[in-house]
Amino acid sequence: MKHTLRAVFPLTIPVLTGYVFMGMAFGILLASKGFAPLWAVVMGVFIYAGSGQFVAVGLMSAGFDPLGAFLVTLMVNARHLFYGISMLERFKDYGKAKWYMIFALTDETFALCLSAKPPTGISEKRFYFTISLLDHIYWIIGCTLGGIIGSALPINTAGIDFVMTALFVVIFLDQWRLKQNRTPALIGLGASIICRIVFGPDLFILACMAALVIIFGVFRKPIERSVSQ
Amino acid sequence: MTTTEAAIMVALFALATFLTRVLAFLIFPAGKPTPKFIGYLGRVLPFAITSMLIVYCLKNSEILAAPHGAPELLAILLVAALFLAFKNSLVAIAAGTIAYMVMVQLIFV
Repeated sequence: MKHTLRAVFPLTIPVLTGYVFMGMAFGILLASKGFAPLWAVVMGVFIYAGSGQFVAVGLMSAGFDPLGAFLVTLMVNARHLFYGISMLERFKDYGKAKWYMIFALTDETFALCLSAKPPTGISEKRFYFTISLLDHIYWIIGCTLGGIIGSALPINTAGIDFVMTALFVVIFLDQWRLKQNRTPALIGLGASIICRIVFGPDLFILACMAALVIIFGVFRKPIERSVSQ
Repeated sequence: MTTTEAAIMVALFALATFLTRVLAFLIFPAGKPTPKFIGYLGRVLPFAITSMLIVYCLKNSEILAAPHGAPELLAILLVAALFLAFKNSLVAIAAGTIAYMVMVQLIFV
């Protein structure tokens, strides 16, 4: 275990810093709506979704609407469907651990599991499981700290949700470094801007996801050529 | 909202989030080969989704009226410049967020 931790921990440091900071921003925002710190902890443990939890704060403070809460969360997190598709092969032989790996498949853990490779001597399953577990722990620590700080100090939280925008900009730039990622990235940018203008802020995520599947389907040949370069 | 209502809301957030993560594994169970087209989507979509999420975060920004998205644009440029200069995501995210909060709370009010 120690051996695995020594190999995995350095790889997760960017997620550690990002999750503690982002989790804190979430906890502070939730506390500013009058929720006790324990709620931030519970949400961090059981929901475990960055953008999803930020959206959840808005829904929680808007009042009791179970169906709306359920549907909006499905839409905001619909991208995870595609992460699952990318991980079908990887998690095939993970046994019971597979269910935790699926639960813990956040944006950052997904990105890390795509890029990190286990060193010799550590089983693949143990390596990726440790990444997922550490990331989850970092997130819980951040949410807890934020809940406590937010309840103790009066903080003007206006604009704090920009932390999500900043996070995705950083992920975008990181992916942009590899030439083969650029065509899909640009298609996604163009399609989402057009869909936002045409369908408005509430419907565009669903419209954009449908549009992306259609575009990637219709232009599969040239896109596959540019991706495999 | 009562504690019970809040707990129900949290349970539904958790359930919906898990559903989106598990769906692919339920549709394409282990042991059966995944269709080639789905495999291809799994390779290209994550990068398109990152772009979509940036637009999602900005979906309620006011572009047509003052301040015409200036705080968002300036903060994103700051994040990008810091990340490219220092290759450190935390510095970029923290500085960008704090700069944005200062702008919307003190400058563009």
